[in-house]
Amino acid sequence: MKPIRITNTHQSITFSRRMLLLSGAQVAVGGLLVGRLGWLAIAQNEKYQLLSESNRVQLIPVPPRRGWIIDRYGKPIAINKASFRVDIIPQQLDKSRDIVPEVAKLLGLEGDDVDRIRRDLVQSRGFQPVSVADNVPYEQYAAITVRLPDLPGVAASQGFTRFYPGGSTVGQLVGYVGAASAEEYEKENKNPLLLVPGVKIGKEGLEKVLEPVLRGQPGGQRVEVTARGKIVKELDPKPDISGGTVQLTIDSDLHQYAARRIGDQSASVVVIDVTTGDILAMPSMPSFDPNNFSDGISQAEWKMLSGDDHLPLVDKTVESLYPSGSTIKPSMAMALLNAGVDRKQIVNCTGAFQLGNHTFHCDKRHGPLDMDGAVVHSCDVYFYTMCLRVGADKLAPMVRSMGFGEKFDLPFDNQRYGTIPDPEWMMRKYHREWQGYDTVNMSIGQGMVLINPLQLAVMASRLATGKRVVPRLLKGKPVAPQTQLAVDQDHIDFIRKAMWGVVDHGTAAAAKFPIAGIQMAGKTGTAQTHNLSAGERGNYTAANWKLRDHSLFMGFVPFDNPRYAAGTIVEHGGFGAAVAAPLIRDTLTFLYDKQLAMQALNSFEQSIGGPLDQRIARKTAAWRSANGLPPLPPTSQA
Amino acid sequence: MITSAIIPKPLARLPWRLIFLVAAIAMFGLVVLYSAAGGSAQPWAVKQGIVFLFFLGVAVAMSWMSEGTIKSIAFPLYGITLTMLLGVEALGFVSKGAQRWLELGPIKLQPSEFMKPAIVLTLARFYELVPPGDIRKWRAIWPAFVLLGVPAVLILVQPDLGTCIMVLLCGVTVMFLAGVPLWIFALPAVAGAVAAPIVYHMMHGYQRKRIDVFLDPESDPLGAGYHIAQSKIAIGSGGIWGKGFLHGSQSHLDYLPEGHTDFVFATMAEEWGLVGGVLLILAFAMVIRWGMRVSANARTRFGQLAAAGLSATIFFYVAINLMMVMGLAPVVGVPLPLVSFGGSAVMTVMLCLGLLMALERQQRSGSSLA
Repeated sequence: MKPIRITNTHQSITFSRRMLLLSGAQVAVGGLLVGRLGWLAIAQNEKYQLLSESNRVQLIPVPPRRGWIIDRYGKPIAINKASFRVDIIPQQLDKSRDIVPEVAKLLGLEGDDVDRIRRDLVQSRGFQPVSVADNVPYEQYAAITVRLPDLPGVAASQGFTRFYPGGSTVGQLVGYVGAASAEEYEKENKNPLLLVPGVKIGKEGLEKVLEPVLRGQPGGQRVEVTARGKIVKELDPKPDISGGTVQLTIDSDLHQYAARRIGDQSASVVVIDVTTGDILAMPSMPSFDPNNFSDGISQAEWKMLSGDDHLPLVDKTVESLYPSGSTIKPSMAMALLNAGVDRKQIVNCTGAFQLGNHTFHCDKRHGPLDMDGAVVHSCDVYFYTMCLRVGADKLAPMVRSMGFGEKFDLPFDNQRYGTIPDPEWMMRKYHREWQGYDTVNMSIGQGMVLINPLQLAVMASRLATGKRVVPRLLKGKPVAPQTQLAVDQDHIDFIRKAMWGVVDHGTAAAAKFPIAGIQMAGKTGTAQTHNLSAGERGNYTAANWKLRDHSLFMGFVPFDNPRYAAGTIVEHGGFGAAVAAPLIRDTLTFLYDKQLAMQALNSFEQSIGGPLDQRIARKTAAWRSANGLPPLPPTSQA
Repeated sequence: MITSAIIPKPLARLPWRLIFLVAAIAMFGLVVLYSAAGGSAQPWAVKQGIVFLFFLGVAVAMSWMSEGTIKSIAFPLYGITLTMLLGVEALGFVSKGAQRWLELGPIKLQPSEFMKPAIVLTLARFYELVPPGDIRKWRAIWPAFVLLGVPAVLILVQPDLGTCIMVLLCGVTVMFLAGVPLWIFALPAVAGAVAAPIVYHMMHGYQRKRIDVFLDPESDPLGAGYHIAQSKIAIGSGGIWGKGFLHGSQSHLDYLPEGHTDFVFATMAEEWGLVGGVLLILAFAMVIRWGMRVSANARTRFGQLAAAGLSATIFFYVAINLMMVMGLAPVVGVPLPLVSFGGSAVMTVMLCLGLLMALERQQRSGSSLA
């Protein structure tokens, strides 16, 4: 390569050229900077202004007061009770001192709580208080209050706790509230309200389903805060809007009465005002005390509840399905009449019924019976015979129109609807032909027939009125217009009379209404859960509780001008007439004569070991000692 | 240049337009620092004002230096600065920590700051000595690499990535203008691309994180990306006219970190808007253009190269800082000269301006020493 001789002239030309390049580059960079500045300040101005404002202004949410749940007369079912709470405001803490153990000692908090507080403190943004304890007893609250000057950053304040005057009797109805979980917080797009100490949201039952109404709108103190969380200036506050009050159709006195009258059984009762469809009571027992849940229940309590074979965590009124047993018979009778069966026609009950090579039994030898007698004495053979004669596909629609398998528009997210089978359903679900024995089973509410207690009460209402009574729980909802069912008035009158006969001189004769001039009509039912021999059936012990039949009853008063209808299913209660019928009788008596009903309840509770709360306390103590836990300290009723 | 019978000749011969421009930038800087302190002259504005006035005096005094003097101090200045850099390294080794300062009584000296003008003068002097015919030869290149590379490495390991990049860019600018073959610059670019992963691997945790965040700012909006995010919010929310003096919420509520030092431009733009930002950029552009003119008009090779290099120093300061603040470059810790609080950047820039004024006076007086 031939070297180029570079002279001064060359050099100065190179210099000038490169100076031009350098200047050009500098101008380009300048242009880039101005362009970028313009892009940020003009094109993206809106976005960054928003971000700047959300930096500057923070909302300290003031939780709205949760709406009340009241009964049809305005009596409280779920309200808010003033309570004491203790929080820590991280920004005001003395950094050189660890205050958490001191506070924990004053409040008697244990390891788990201390860990939780420390975790929250790390995650908190300065001005946001961290909850130390909810629902603090007055003595501890006072102990903190006196020491406040020595405890910088600790704040003791009055807040509100959800309070259910009905205690465990309303547990299944209202559900409970609790602090939002991490998933719930995510699900609501990180709603900051859910992080505010003391804010509770509905977790189960009505509290959960009615959450949008009950929650209200959070207000807030708008403040200007520094990046370190120090409040610089208070801006105009945003007022909170309390949650709406929800009125139920429940009569809370009746509801509690029924709950207590259930006693130690695992049962539920539904009472309906047939003129409107209003549900007046729907207790499911045993239950949990929602008051204990709002602070989060202990591991031990949860274990006790979930291990109980009486299922205190299940709302039996709508969640549990049972064979309807003989309570289906009035509806079947209605269907038979509709299909043209002559109610005077006699069937001779020999106590057994042969179909193919299988023998179906009746509970006794009834002899010759017409339809009235078959309902009054609950004769199975009559219904086997007649239903086989008519056929299942003609019967099912009528039975269904009485409420079997029907979905109701009620504020429960856990309803189960049950089934009333027919040949078409059988093919769809089990891919097999309908057989004679299916009709036999269905005719007495066994086999595939499943119903919940609410449907049982609806059935009673519809048999009582001949109209399509639709249950209603929210007072704010309009009463559903009651359309006439496709039945003759003559048939209705007949069925009412037959059901009156059940109580007057039939299977439920022991459960006569105790008030002169008012007579109850009804139908008992005994749903088999296991095949027990007749001998075993009469001889129950606690050990084979699970094997016993369910005891059912549905009925209405007064029989000649129905006003109230009710249904109950007592799990493994035994013979329907013995347990379920008196329970409904006493509950409905309460609607007419409270004193008389209370007398009956008192003597009943005496016989089973005292009032509900005492029995629960004894049961808890027994469970704790059986599981090696120390007894609970005596609680002072607040 | 003010020509008036009343003003004594030595004063009248000062480049007043430049001095006014620089003073205006500095004044504006003081106003911003006043706001950044929440509407208070303490603790920054007063201190910064004193430092500025002092170094303005130094710069004006320096303007009487002859080109010959500047030339003669170029190599000694470089040597002293390099020694001090080594001293800092040694001290850092002893105290087992990052060390950038030398404490001489009450004065904290940051030798890496002196290296920026020193490297420019040294390389300008070196290329003045290289005969024109040798400029494309190896012996005109390797000494420059050594002169530039040694201090750059020393500063990098301090660690001070921002200053290291500044020194490298200043040196490379002088080499570029001196006429070194262009492939010399292409080679390091390729080498850089190859070495980048290795350098990245050797970097300190916080430096690496800054690079990560620059490449993907969303990756850590609350951690290392917080600086850039908040700075962009401040600038963007200022809009065209700004939020008004003392009304910048980002800076006043401390959302903007380093709002009085490296991110002072964001503080300014939030309150003065696009208008303030463009005016400031234009003012700096005029200062740099003045310096580039000095270079273009210089009659000696040393004058040409030194003036251009010194102007480039100021340019790189402004450009890197603004790119960093507006999210166009990683956060490398380069302050905005004359506006950011802190004496060392003011000192460096005023030293550069003092030297430029001296070179400019030389041209006007016409007494070239060539």
